[in-house]
Amino acid sequence: MASEIATELAEQADRALTDAADVAVLRAVEAGDWPATTWDAMAALGLNGALVPEDAGGVGLGFADVAPLLEVLGRHAAPVPLAESIFGSALLAAAGITPPEGALSFGARNGAIPWGRHASHVALLDGARIALYPAAALAWEEGGNIGHEARDHARVIGTPIAEAVLPNGWGAEAGLLCTALMRSAQIAGAMQAALALAVDHANTRKQFGRPIGRFQAVQQQLAVFAAETSAASVAAAAAARAVDRRGLAAAAFEIGCAKITVGEAATRGAAIAHQVFAAMGITEEHQLHHFTRRLWAWREEGGSEAFWAKRIGQEAQALPGALWPFITAREEEITP
Amino acid sequence: MAGLRFDLRDAPDGAAALRAEVRAFLAEHAPNFTPEIRARSWMGFDRDFTRAVGAKGWIGMCWPREFGGGEKSFLERNIVLEEMLAAGAPVGAHWIGDRQSGPLILRLGTEDQKRHFLPRIASGEYAFCIGLSEPDSGSDLASLRTKAEKVDGGWKLNGRKIWTTFGHLCDWMIALVRTSPAPEGGARHIGLSQVLVNLRAPGVHIRPIRDLVGEKGFNEITFDDVMLPEDALVGQEGAGWAQATSELAFERSGPDRYLSSHPLLEAAMVTLKQDGAAAPALGRQVARLWALRNMSVAVAGMLEDGQDPVRQAALVKDLGNDFEQALPNVVRDLIATEDMPEDMRRMHAYLTQIVPTFSLRGGTREIMRGIIARELGLR
Repeated sequence: MASEIATELAEQADRALTDAADVAVLRAVEAGDWPATTWDAMAALGLNGALVPEDAGGVGLGFADVAPLLEVLGRHAAPVPLAESIFGSALLAAAGITPPEGALSFGARNGAIPWGRHASHVALLDGARIALYPAAALAWEEGGNIGHEARDHARVIGTPIAEAVLPNGWGAEAGLLCTALMRSAQIAGAMQAALALAVDHANTRKQFGRPIGRFQAVQQQLAVFAAETSAASVAAAAAARAVDRRGLAAAAFEIGCAKITVGEAATRGAAIAHQVFAAMGITEEHQLHHFTRRLWAWREEGGSEAFWAKRIGQEAQALPGALWPFITAREEEITP
Repeated sequence: MAGLRFDLRDAPDGAAALRAEVRAFLAEHAPNFTPEIRARSWMGFDRDFTRAVGAKGWIGMCWPREFGGGEKSFLERNIVLEEMLAAGAPVGAHWIGDRQSGPLILRLGTEDQKRHFLPRIASGEYAFCIGLSEPDSGSDLASLRTKAEKVDGGWKLNGRKIWTTFGHLCDWMIALVRTSPAPEGGARHIGLSQVLVNLRAPGVHIRPIRDLVGEKGFNEITFDDVMLPEDALVGQEGAGWAQATSELAFERSGPDRYLSSHPLLEAAMVTLKQDGAAAPALGRQVARLWALRNMSVAVAGMLEDGQDPVRQAALVKDLGNDFEQALPNVVRDLIATEDMPEDMRRMHAYLTQIVPTFSLRGGTREIMRGIIARELGLR
């Protein structure tokens, strides 16, 4: 069950984004703007340190506590690197580096860094090695995903503020796992937003003299969409819980299962959303695509379904015993 | 859309120990589980096995001790159910009594009904079936016509139920029947009642219906002036519809809605252990299984808390049925049937033929999606 503080944080972020990240902002950001007002509104919530332990100056929340907040970011297609700042700060703190103020991003040294050009600091990862750079120490080769979110490659032109190695519990795949977990919860949120739009449209758009949502063919499709949306949300929450229990590296199985589940859900959900909206949903003018393009893009980040399916499948094949005892033991034989 | 919200549940205290105990019990019995028995899952009927499960205290686990129960939590019961299904144990002789009939009697039955029936279900002595569908009433259940008329000393039952699983092997049925006419121009749901029918009573004619696999699994049961005693009524006269539908969350969210093909998945994992090309498809099955289990356990937690997660249950059933139904075809894409080991091929053959029932029994896929659509505000 989501803790009270988790619910409260999610609600605060929801209110802030409702005010500060409407469709006009999304449009401007996709055209290349940096939404300073939106970022300031989010920064005012003081959430960067959400996952940083209290003795390191953070809020000391668990990953499961942060999952609902990440869903909210997805629900608003939040055009700022708040998820990246939260997870980047957690990674730095785990390595003993004091997280900086302001917009922070992270990623593999040779990979695409989310919002790289807009971040005031960036943590670059080589396996378990993590180095914190100020913006001035990096030059950017700009790029983007199909959600038109900045995804930039860094070239180091200065010196890091600090360098360290992540402890074993975080491991050499910490960047990948954090990204997969973030995007899993964000996909669940973006699916909630697209589902709400599609249901609203089905209830208002009339054809043959009645709202199209009165037709069973449409109802049945939206029911599938809703079911997949719930599955995505449960998967993200369960993966976050696994990280709290076992540590990040040891929760790779759950994170991978979640990423497969949300990726498949996103594919199915986005397709149904567009089917319900018909031609209208394909227009630039309609807001649906801000969510569906992100759904498609986020499937790729932190490992696609294909990437994780191969890995999870191999892990299952390598089990010394049956699959079922393995799955149940992961929940029951580890004391939190 | 609050009805589509799931809160994760942690395993109950002692989960691993209980699971180990169930596994040890199953390991003893497993040599008797043929591939066909494992493939039948909770449609396997074996009185001896059921009595052995009863002796362990694993039927009616959540019921009060005075009625033969174990006063365990819903989450502990869920562990036993999961293990039984994962092993492909023949739990059919007690599945309905444990899942539906017993809980209904516990909740709404008279003191005498509880004292008589519950300990006998819990010991495995009484096997129950459910009488819902009729020849002309399937998904449109409220149109049913089987009638119980009030007469001196009880009720006179006439009509016909169909598709009753194991009707020919069970002792008792809880049937949904009409006890008074639907109000003129009013809801057809009014005037229905639930009654206990002794399937050995005079006037009960049971005709097994052979299924497409060639087995006698379900039945047509005709009631020809069957006399029921006064106390055959369960709960309130005329409230049968509300009573029956309030059980749906129990019926639809359990592991029996996503684990029906599980023994085949385990067999595939063994057979395809060295097959690198099969890894991605197997990985997707594992991920789905993991996600569904988290959802199903979440619903068990809501039931434990006394909530009525009927919409979440419909949702888990819909997703779960899709998963368990697709599995035989997923597997035959990875290994040709003629290359499967004998045991696996037999399970695969049985499941290929029977999986269409998964999205029919307990409410069709279309009905489940209709329930979700209503929660979305579309109906």
